[in-house]
Formats: sequence, C-alpha cells, structure tokens
Amino acid sequence: MPDQPDFAAHWSLHPSVSLRDESFGAMAYHHGNRRLVFLKSPLLVDVVRQLDDFESADAALEALVADEQRAALRRALETLTNSEIVRVG
Amino acid sequence: MSVNHSLRDRFESGLAAPICLTWEVTYACNLACRHCLSSSGVRDPRELTTDEAKAFLDDVAAMQIFYINIGGGEPTIRRDFFELVEYGLSRGIGIKFSTNGSRITPEVAQRLAGNDYLDVQISLDGADAATNDALRGEGSYDTAIRAMENLRDAGMTGFKISVVVTRHNVGQIDQLLDLADSMNAELRLTRLRPSGRGVDVWDELRLSAADNRALYHWLMDHPTVLTGDSFFHLSALGDPLAGINLCGAGRVVCLIDPVGDVYACPFVIHEQFLAGSIRDGGFGHVWRDSELFRSLREPGSPGACASCGSYDACRGGCMAAKFFTGLELTDPDPECVFGHGETALAQRVSLGPRPSPDHSKRVTISSR
Repeated sequence: MPDQPDFAAHWSLHPSVSLRDESFGAMAYHHGNRRLVFLKSPLLVDVVRQLDDFESADAALEALVADEQRAALRRALETLTNSEIVRVG
Repeated sequence: MSVNHSLRDRFESGLAAPICLTWEVTYACNLACRHCLSSSGVRDPRELTTDEAKAFLDDVAAMQIFYINIGGGEPTIRRDFFELVEYGLSRGIGIKFSTNGSRITPEVAQRLAGNDYLDVQISLDGADAATNDALRGEGSYDTAIRAMENLRDAGMTGFKISVVVTRHNVGQIDQLLDLADSMNAELRLTRLRPSGRGVDVWDELRLSAADNRALYHWLMDHPTVLTGDSFFHLSALGDPLAGINLCGAGRVVCLIDPVGDVYACPFVIHEQFLAGSIRDGGFGHVWRDSELFRSLREPGSPGACASCGSYDACRGGCMAAKFFTGLELTDPDPECVFGHGETALAQRVSLGPRPSPDHSKRVTISSR
C-alpha cells in the first residue's frame, strides 16, 4: 500500500490529463502514462475540477461535499492520485 | 483496466464520444499483407483532402476525444501525414499511428520521440523473418526491426510492437516480449479476424482451441501486455481479461475510412455496418444520430448463447468474426471457448459475405 496522500496539501488535476463528461460522471485520460480512468460520480467530477481553486484537498472536500459522503470521496480521490490523474502538492 | 458491471452497462448504451477512434487515412500501402483487415493496396481517388482531414480533426477536438489511432493502408504514405499529425497534436489530441516502419528513418524517429501525446505502433507478425515475411512480405521483418531500432536510438520509450496472433507465431510470444523489452517498447497482441483479406487466410491461420486456452493463461500471467481488448471472447475461460469485455462497435469504438465513411469498428468494413459519412454533416452527427449506431447500443440479445452460463463473461464475442464467417450476429463467436462456434459453423447455410470495398492491388506478389 502506498502511503496515504497529504490531504492538507494543495491538489490539482494533472496538466497532462483530459477530462470528458459522460452520463455516469466523466472519463479521464492521462496522456503521459496513457491511463484511462472512470470517474463514476458527478460529485467526484465536480470536486476534481475544482481542486485547484482550494488551498488543500481537505478544504475542497469541506466546501463541496456533505459530511456523510466525505469518506467515500477521500477514497476516490486517493485512487486518482495513484493513477496520477490528480497530483498532490 | 477492469470494469464493473454497472459501468459496462453504460458502455453498452454508448458514450458521448468514442474512447477509441480509428482513422485510416489512406488505402495505399507499399505492402500487401495477406491478412490485411482493410484490403488495402491502392489509394482511393476520393480520399479526404488535407482540408477535410483537418476539419475532421477539429471535430475530434470539439468532441474531446482523448486520442485517435491512425492507420491505413500505410498512413505515412500520405504526403500530408506529418502535417496532419502536427495539426492534431496542436489541437490537444493524442495520436497513435500504426506503421510497417518503412518511413521511420532516424530523422523521423527523432521528430517522434519525446512527445507524450504521440505514440507509434510498429506492426510485426513473427519473431523471425521467415514467420513474419510469410504473412507481410519479403523484407518486411528487417524494415520493422530497423524502425524499432531507430525509435529506440532516438530515445523513444514505450512505443508498441503490434502483433496479430496466428497459428504460426503463437509459439513465439515469449520471444516477441523479449524483443519488446530489448527495444524499450511494449508488446501488443491482437486477434486475427476474418476481415478484409483476412477472410481468405482465417481458416489457415486462426488459433486452435488449445492455442486459445494457452494464450488466455499467458495473457493472465502477463498483464502488462496490451491487447486492445481484442481477446474478450476468451474471458469465458475464467477470470475476465483486462478491458471492458464487450463488443464496443458503435458504442465505444468506430472507424473512419480514407474516404470519410464511418463504420462500426475497424473490422467490419462492409456496407451493412456503414453508419454514414463525415462528409455529410460531420463526425459528431454520425456518432450521435446514426440509425445503425443506435441499434448497436440497444441491449444485445444473447440469442443462441442464452442458455450458456458464460454469456456474461464474453457477451457472445466478436461481431466481425461472426459476420465474415457467415454466422448470425446472435450466434456464438466462431472461436467460442466451449466449441459452440464450431457447431454453428458446421450448421451455417452459406459462407460469409465478401468484405467490401476492396482496394487490394490487382497483382499481389506472393511471398511463397
């Protein structure tokens, strides 16, 4: 297991990633590692698109996501750091 | 990439734009491979002009299609090939192109290396010249190897060596993987289909049931080997192979041919699977509104596979393989791992339809 990413840091969509809305959420494609990733909820897509506007991932979650959904969103965001769709710091 | 069921249902009903779009830019080719899926050879006088090709790339960018696969024919034969590649890249489109390597000189390799948005796929159908050249023509092995060396020496990593798996090279896949490693490349294996001129060699070259079983286990043991999702009919043998494991024709893939005609997938160049033309209202219109694509996005009928417990694993297999072997689309895949395809083949009333159109050179020089 990789270490848990730092949610107190600034996060953003990786500059080599294209994001395209789909009925289920969105598809993300990383032109560097050529991974295709499915974002399976519109809420997750919203958060990912706005990460850059917040000083930290936690701040984004607090502002955009209801309490009871935050744990699930944190897990989803964490998987997106593994595939480098979003980058930390 | 392994995909859960709810997501697969979404794929089945189609996406806002294809994941994987193949664009064959010319029917002209300097080779005459015996299994060519597009029956290429001679340029079609109606092929898209440079301006039309650029307008198409504008559509691709507007639809946010992440990357396109350019093929042919031999795409680098088009005089404006690199102009089109540059244009696509400038619009943020990832471009992968398939080539036999004949134009990948050291200078070209230098131009290609180091761009994340650009990828190259060199076709090779055997680990030695004898095996490869029997299918792709005299000298084509040496040409492909030279192209790979040029790419490697230019510092390009992760380009693809693309192999159509046949009865003659299936025993060489470990050697092919070693070759890919030595070239800092990745190995991509794809299924032989009875499409284009492939229909004439399918019986001779296709894998036996034992070969298919061995290949399935080899792929499970080598998850870094790419397959273009083309062996999903083998997923009925156990755990699913990586990929979406369903026929993506008109749902997540499609083909644009050199004259701008849009087909459901690269393996069904036939009027029955012609969805429209990009010359008639643009690509987005065809993708969204074609009657054919709408019907392909309806939930599939399991047909003759309804009583098989593995239908959910293989979804009945490849549409093109059925169509060109004369099976009904609701029949099992001709290479069904349980042998139901062989039964269906034995019971068919006629041979498959001939692929159309045919751009083969009138005289092909046999390599044997």
